[in-house]
Amino acid sequence: MQTFLQNLLNGIASGSIYALIALGYTMVYGILKLINFAHGDVFMLGSFMGYYGARMYASVTHQPGAPAPSWAMAGIILVFAMLVCGTFGYLNERIAYRPLRSAPRIASLITAIGVSFFLEFGGQFVFGPDPKFFPTLIEKHRLNFFGIVTTSYQVIVLVVALIFMVMLQYIIYGTKFGRAMRAVSFNFETASLMGIPTDRIISTTFIIGSVLAAVAGILFGLAYPKIDPLMGIMPGLKAFVAAVLGGIGNVPGAMVGGLLIGVVEAFVAGSSFSTYRDAIAFVILILILLFRPSGLFGKAQAEKV
Amino acid sequence: MAPLGQTNRRNGWKLMKNKSLVVLAITALSLMLVGCPPKEGGAAGKNTGVSGSEIPVGEYGSMTGLQATFGQSTHNGILMAADEINSAGGIKGKKIKVISEDDQSKQEEAANTVTKLISENNVVAVIGEVASSNSLAAAPICQSNKVPMISPSSTNPEVTKKGDYIFRMCYIDPYQGKALADFAINDLKVKRAAILRDVKSDYSMGLSQFFKDEFIRLGGKIVGDQSYSNGDSDFKAQLTTIKQTSPEIIFCGGYYNDVGQIAIQLRDLGMQQPLVGGDGWESPKLFEIGGKALDGCFYSNHYHSDDPAPQVRSFVDKYKERYGAKPDALAALGYDSMKVLADAMSRAPKLDTKDIRDAIAATKGYVAVTGVINMGADRNPIDKKLVVLEIRNNTTTLRATVDPAKNAAGAPAAAGAATTPATGTSTATAAPAKTK
Repeated sequence: MQTFLQNLLNGIASGSIYALIALGYTMVYGILKLINFAHGDVFMLGSFMGYYGARMYASVTHQPGAPAPSWAMAGIILVFAMLVCGTFGYLNERIAYRPLRSAPRIASLITAIGVSFFLEFGGQFVFGPDPKFFPTLIEKHRLNFFGIVTTSYQVIVLVVALIFMVMLQYIIYGTKFGRAMRAVSFNFETASLMGIPTDRIISTTFIIGSVLAAVAGILFGLAYPKIDPLMGIMPGLKAFVAAVLGGIGNVPGAMVGGLLIGVVEAFVAGSSFSTYRDAIAFVILILILLFRPSGLFGKAQAEKV
Repeated sequence: MAPLGQTNRRNGWKLMKNKSLVVLAITALSLMLVGCPPKEGGAAGKNTGVSGSEIPVGEYGSMTGLQATFGQSTHNGILMAADEINSAGGIKGKKIKVISEDDQSKQEEAANTVTKLISENNVVAVIGEVASSNSLAAAPICQSNKVPMISPSSTNPEVTKKGDYIFRMCYIDPYQGKALADFAINDLKVKRAAILRDVKSDYSMGLSQFFKDEFIRLGGKIVGDQSYSNGDSDFKAQLTTIKQTSPEIIFCGGYYNDVGQIAIQLRDLGMQQPLVGGDGWESPKLFEIGGKALDGCFYSNHYHSDDPAPQVRSFVDKYKERYGAKPDALAALGYDSMKVLADAMSRAPKLDTKDIRDAIAATKGYVAVTGVINMGADRNPIDKKLVVLEIRNNTTTLRATVDPAKNAAGAPAAAGAATTPATGTSTATAAPAKTK
């Protein structure tokens, strides 16, 4: 029982990071029907911005070596990473995807893979290819609930992820901008005829997605302090599976999908089949595509011809 | 069942008709790209790029990627050795030219880069890799082209079994696994061990198995055996399972980039057991990632940079002067590989791959940084020294030394035996030497 709860807790913590990344996939897909394969690498960029942000913070505040952990610093670095990734998300859409919007969808998809490679290998070139140690932004405490051990980091990851998910849900369903987003997602041409600035909506969607990836990147760095330029590939793919599992294009679906993948992985890795940990996400993907292609929360819809 | 088979065959034929040309073309292409068939070899060895003034030697390694410090350290060691040889006049009046290729810590890239080194750069010999999986990917290519390959530090026994052109500079995992099991039972006095192995690495799988077999043979009990994939970041689930079995040590024969994280998560789960691992831990990055969590852990290595032996001292001093850092074991083994190769080339009657191969195979009593190199019949050096290091405050101290050569000194029958060297006695040193 104790092991069960421990694994559940571990799974939810890693799953909430998948969920944050999955939100970016699902939002862009919902609006553009584009699977932004570069999204996992924006997540990596977020982690590295946390790493370099902490070093800049240390040099600005004249703290030689590692900066002393504090909530203020963590907040500043989080905002910094969000800004950089948001800017990148905007430029990415503006430069790479917008010129191809009227081109066949496969062209955008291949461009997304190209942007992904650009970030992976550009990252190896600029940041260096070897793993780096993510700085300690906040003091770590060990927490013990009746024999289930966790750290304050896992709690922070979960809480911060939930806050951002709720905020996103509010933006989409509670604001005028969100209504415009849903309109663009529903029918691109009609929305633009109704006077909705579709270009701006799409840009903003990319910015929001990239900002969420930055948050995920910082949380990941906090919980698993080893970062490298190729770290985005696996979480990116698994978050993609999570988005498909929840029903791609569906925001609550992405959250549930992410948490599910995290928990399933934790149980597989803790069992005697730990070898199949990475495989399980893709087994789930195949099963979903075979039996419920629209995902857990998605509505089946006929392809417009 | 017959009708079913017939239908299949008929469909198959239809497919063949339509696509046979395409299939043929693809097969031909891939053969050309991948195969790289041996050029006219024969007894004389293949034609090489040896010119009037230069001898091209290939190096492939993980300059980037997950195990980047492995390749970078080895590269530093090789270049330093090559420069020393060249400034001392080179070999037979020719200078060594090292051509380095990065395999990004990936098996398929290891195969590609070695193919390029052989077919485009016409190297006389190849040095690489550290990770056994990458060496195993490249070795068959070197063998089929009859180009000698020296792996500085791949310890998986399969590597040199790929053929008579494949050598190594280090001990092998059956020996390392035995030494570590012996250390755990007789020095740490533990009886219960759990294993956490990296399924993506031939090195980790092999070493863990050899440790397990010997640990059980010596009366220990393996209480858990979990696995992960190189590059994973979450190990909590496996460690949670291991925690239930309450082992006294956890054997983690993986690579440094994962071990640091494993140590942190182990302590996060409130477990105090030491981790014990092999030479895959050797990297300055280990401490950067693992930090305090690694205190009290142990790993085996090829040498210790505080060894007072004169060849070690002069190597460490020269390396520090050149690169501004302490050399790790991989740098030492890269250096030794180049030096042994150069020694063999100077003894070879002709600078072709066959003669160089024979000369490497005949290496006896060469005093290298990591010990005396006596090449065995299975192309593994015989009786190499092994040290066990203890980690404390981001530094290592020498905890035990296993030196089969010393034990074998009184029994000449053991020398020259091509079999796995017997585990020597571990001697706990009273005054451990300090390193950074």
